[in-house]
Amino acid sequence: MDLPPRGNPPFLSAMDTYSKPLSKPTPKRRLSLRQQDARIAWLLLLPSLVVMLGVNLWPIASTFILSFFNAPTGINQTRTFVGLSNYLTMLQDQVFWQTIGRTLYFTVVSVSLELVIGLAVAQLIHSHPWGWKFLRFSLIIPWAVPTIVNGAMWRWIYSADFGALNGILMQLGLIKHYVAWLSLPNMAMNLVILADVWHMMPFVALILQAALATLPVELDEAAAVDGANAFQRFWQIRIPLLRPAILVALIARTVDAFRVFDIAYIITSGGPAFRTVTITYLTYLNTFSYGKQGIGAALSFLISVFTIAMALIYIRFLYRPEETQ
Amino acid sequence: MLSRKFLRNLFLFLLTIPVLLFIFAPILWLISASLSTQVELLTVPPHWIPQHPTLQNYLDIIFPSLAASSVPRTFVTAIANSFKIATAVTLICLVIGGAAAYTLVRIPFKFNHSIQVGILGMRMIPEVSLIIPLFVVASGLELINKPIVLIVAYLSFALPYAIWMMAAFFQTVPVELEEAARLDGCTRLGILWRVVMPISIPGMISTAMFVFLVAWDEFFYALIFTSTLAAKTIPVAIAEFVGRYVVNTTGMMAGGIIAALPPVILGLIFQRYIVSGMTAGAVKG
Repeated sequence: MDLPPRGNPPFLSAMDTYSKPLSKPTPKRRLSLRQQDARIAWLLLLPSLVVMLGVNLWPIASTFILSFFNAPTGINQTRTFVGLSNYLTMLQDQVFWQTIGRTLYFTVVSVSLELVIGLAVAQLIHSHPWGWKFLRFSLIIPWAVPTIVNGAMWRWIYSADFGALNGILMQLGLIKHYVAWLSLPNMAMNLVILADVWHMMPFVALILQAALATLPVELDEAAAVDGANAFQRFWQIRIPLLRPAILVALIARTVDAFRVFDIAYIITSGGPAFRTVTITYLTYLNTFSYGKQGIGAALSFLISVFTIAMALIYIRFLYRPEETQ
Repeated sequence: MLSRKFLRNLFLFLLTIPVLLFIFAPILWLISASLSTQVELLTVPPHWIPQHPTLQNYLDIIFPSLAASSVPRTFVTAIANSFKIATAVTLICLVIGGAAAYTLVRIPFKFNHSIQVGILGMRMIPEVSLIIPLFVVASGLELINKPIVLIVAYLSFALPYAIWMMAAFFQTVPVELEEAARLDGCTRLGILWRVVMPISIPGMISTAMFVFLVAWDEFFYALIFTSTLAAKTIPVAIAEFVGRYVVNTTGMMAGGIIAALPPVILGLIFQRYIVSGMTAGAVKG
């Protein structure tokens, strides 16, 4: 092996800070460890990097390029370069904007409901009512049920012919005839949202409940001594302290909700009359049903841009100093 | 004073009831329906508790060769495929993702930070942005309808997720322990194997569970990449039956419950790892 260069390469400063006070290892030993480190680092990273290059980086780059082509689906179809035409077609299409609107509606309504109910349930568990451990335990079940099973279950519940929703409303005397709920244009999306809230509210509740449990009790007690009532303690002490956890839940859910596909596909198949087609669904239709891969690629690239933008917000909060300290 | 405390407890307990109802009502109805006969399921108004409960739907799935309809047979094959694929994805992620996560957290090295940010970014790329090129390659290599194509495709979301989660857990291993092992002459790989891994077992379990769950849950790739029973996973099988709006409704409900059992049981067994996993997977690096 070649003699390693003298001096401390800057990127090893972290290692040096904790190795210095411990002992005085000979320079040769430390440098050879560094060499060993660099080689081992590549060795350990290599398999993951190769996989991610193959299934993440190359496909996303390839999709981006494809978005500039007119690419009909099919083996013998030729692709022609069309520049920004796919993006322009899309941006001028009313269907695109309606779909964006629907997707935002789904995202805002379902995430808000999950946050509000999740926070309430977290606070309820935190108050330790009788059976709170059972409640916490129960929350895991809806979250663990696979999305497709969840969707199928709600589809059966909403069913026009033998659904539980119709059954219960009829027995309560609220409806006189069975209603085809999923065919009502203004109901379908809300019913998909309800199914999503059942599935993902527990995720928010569990995260927030865990965060509540780590808050210092002293603050709460001190506020109580000072005469703050339960509501004031909740809004003015716990909520501000929970902000980091709320942000985490909020951002994780928003990114997920914006790309929703499975649950709409299974409950409504996009109907009635496109009322539950989300942006990912529209991408799926263009790519695999309409045979317009170029448009599909442009759409999916826009979804990526949005989610990456969310990721940047994510990173910004991630590298912020802890607010709870 | 005591009665005031009692009233508070009673009030809070009354609040938990609607929450529990919201959680359990859909599940209980699903279970009740899976125990009904097809005829009874279609009664109006519905029988909330079946008057002629039957285990036939479950027996059909356990002994598919005796079943009258083809639904249970499809379920059994699809569940086997799902198990195979989710297990393979989990093992690959633990091994290669664990090595990568350790490197990123503990080995000082030039591109460390940029790779970390890159992995976080990859977690944000939706499946739909990757599927066209993957599909073209998979059809070119004639890999459509083979489990291997799903295993590889699933790595696109499972691997960055697993690396990120395990990195969060490895970070909690005290540096002093590693340093001590190092002074005792342990190599990097030795430290990883003898010091870091044993301490991180809860984190590894948590990661394994989450990866298995997302692989079991995955629908989009499976929908596109499989059309025959050879690689069809359980979500695709369920979606097809639901879409066709058919025959054996109660059988499908039993199938749905069986498909939900592995993740629900895993979640309940490893309850205490879930929240730390959610937070690690969602947040901290």
